[in-house]
Amino acid sequence: MTDLNETGDGTGWQSDKFIANLAKRKRSENRFRRLGLCAILLALTLLAILLFSIFSKGYSAFIQTYVTLDITFSESVLDKDGHRDPAKLRSANYSKLVQNALREKFPDVKERQNLRTLFGLVSKESTSTLREMVMNDPGLVGKTVPVELLASDDVDMVNKGYIERDLPEIDRRVKNNELDWLDVLESEGAIAFHFNSAFFTNGDSREPEKAGIAGAMVGSFYTLLIVIAISFPIGVMSAIYLEEFAPRNKFNDLIEVNINNLAAVPSIVFGLLGLAIFLNIAHLPRSAPVVGGLTLALMTLPTIIIAARAALRAVPDSIRQAALGLGASNQQAAFHHVLPLAMPGILTGTIIGLSQALGETAPLLMIGMVAFIADIPGGAFDPATVMPVQIFLWADSPERAFVEKTSGAIMVLLGFLILMNALAIFLRKKFERRW
Amino acid sequence: MLMSADDITEPQNDRPEEIIISTRNVDVFYGDNQALKKVNLDIPKNLITSLIGPSGCGKSTYLRCLNRMNDTVESCRVTGEILLDGIDIYGPRVDEVLLRARVGMVFQKPNPFPKSIYDNVAYGPRIHGLATNKDELDHIVLTSLERAGLIKEVQDRLHSSGTGLSGGQQQRLCIARALAVRPDIILMDEPCSALDPIATAKVEELIEELKENYTIIIVTHSMQQAARISQKTAFFHMGEFVESGETEKLFTSPSDERTQGYITGRFG
Repeated sequence: MTDLNETGDGTGWQSDKFIANLAKRKRSENRFRRLGLCAILLALTLLAILLFSIFSKGYSAFIQTYVTLDITFSESVLDKDGHRDPAKLRSANYSKLVQNALREKFPDVKERQNLRTLFGLVSKESTSTLREMVMNDPGLVGKTVPVELLASDDVDMVNKGYIERDLPEIDRRVKNNELDWLDVLESEGAIAFHFNSAFFTNGDSREPEKAGIAGAMVGSFYTLLIVIAISFPIGVMSAIYLEEFAPRNKFNDLIEVNINNLAAVPSIVFGLLGLAIFLNIAHLPRSAPVVGGLTLALMTLPTIIIAARAALRAVPDSIRQAALGLGASNQQAAFHHVLPLAMPGILTGTIIGLSQALGETAPLLMIGMVAFIADIPGGAFDPATVMPVQIFLWADSPERAFVEKTSGAIMVLLGFLILMNALAIFLRKKFERRW
Repeated sequence: MLMSADDITEPQNDRPEEIIISTRNVDVFYGDNQALKKVNLDIPKNLITSLIGPSGCGKSTYLRCLNRMNDTVESCRVTGEILLDGIDIYGPRVDEVLLRARVGMVFQKPNPFPKSIYDNVAYGPRIHGLATNKDELDHIVLTSLERAGLIKEVQDRLHSSGTGLSGGQQQRLCIARALAVRPDIILMDEPCSALDPIATAKVEELIEELKENYTIIIVTHSMQQAARISQKTAFFHMGEFVESGETEKLFTSPSDERTQGYITGRFG
């Protein structure tokens, strides 16, 4: 027989039936392979669309428009009696300086309504920038210096091209005269983009150009700290007890079923539980990371227990037997041998549980972490919000400029999630043992 | 009294046979399933006793009763008396940790801890507090490795992983680990079944050397192995202890029909 595919006398592997069946099996296998490939391609395409939409909207949150104006720190406005008294300098009217500079630049603008629009080109934040400058260097008083000031969110939007100039004026948020002024400033080279470091150092604000994610990041940090401190030790210890010590009986089966069910409970229910227990009974501070952390710890606990139990179960029984055979107690076998070997799996599960907690919004709405909080929290008991809730708040804000802030915040959150998952993979690879 | 690691004494084979473990009416149940039925068997001191029999005959179950490893199986229930030097090891005042320090065990599949060779051997002495300082611990580890015939192969890599050794070396490491706790009795559950013939020969050689100081009870599937290394052999069948005796005698003129059938290869 030279050709394997040749049909022979029709018995056994040479029979037509066999050959036909073989072809059928091959077709089925190819079909399955193609379907799998399609599924993966579909998933990748959707992911790419999601990421593209977020990145294309969000990248501009990391740059911000600045306007350079010649600011005259006139003595008549800041310090009439010439004592350079710090208290006086601090409380002086700095917005007057900006207004004067703008009046000087556009002397034709006279009408009250138009003047107000003109002054609106520069963010209200600029008064504190100027105050800071004078407090640091009182010698500035009396001089005229070019200063880069944060532009208002409307100017920023125009400059980034989000507000279309072709629209009829009536449909446009930024009016023709504003555009004209901007063109003048632009032609003088007074408008520039800078990296928006304030996005990472400021708390939330009603002014989009000032709003930053630092408050939410710190809030998330404290919340996660509480989650780790509570759910990791309790989760791992429960898993060790259930897996290594607890007798197999009806009661423990019931516990196991309940833990599995808890992992599937919608997170909003945990939020209600947190509201009822931590706020209404324990009277912990509202909106604080400590309450958010406790609530999320309850939510993460079943995930960690299930992951840790799976990791402990994956340790070969021969290791336990070896330890017990040497006269180690159950506890010694569990803590000296089984736990260290299960640790990579436990850590992976824990980090995945934590990244779930980091992205969780619903339960935190129930315990009041959805409030507008401009200050960066100084501890776990201060009012705070967290990153996903910040995204929710910004997505809900009417100003056009918050759209890019929302996407920018999503990018930061995704960045943290990727970091945590990378850490999980790293830990698993590093501590992985082979038998 | 435990023997200290460095006073290796003369062979004691010529002394009159002394019974170290005697089993009286032992029944073992896994749930409703009876694995051992009324076993009465005496194990002589400082000899090698083989337990043979077809698969599922209860020989491993019997072995695991002797250091109460069956306690880890939840559904397992043991009745009857197992006397070690006249004391019932299932009695209320016996601590299974102490028992397992005195009755060491070597398993079917080599199971070194995924730690260094040194730490593998040092683990037992550490948890039992057998060494008060580093020098004593070093001494115990080195003597145990030497007794297990492994020292030449591993002395320059004591701190590399125990799982990096070959199968036969791993099994000898497990024996060294058991020796480090200074047991009187060593139970071996088919210690060579996962090894190649050369590694098996080495382990067998080691077992024969060890009988000078230890009582060894070995479960084996191989009748040749039982014949090669053991002085006493006990035959189990369907959860029943059938007969025991001098190895040579049992293999040449068994008194029970079932033994006859097993050793001549009619079943098993």
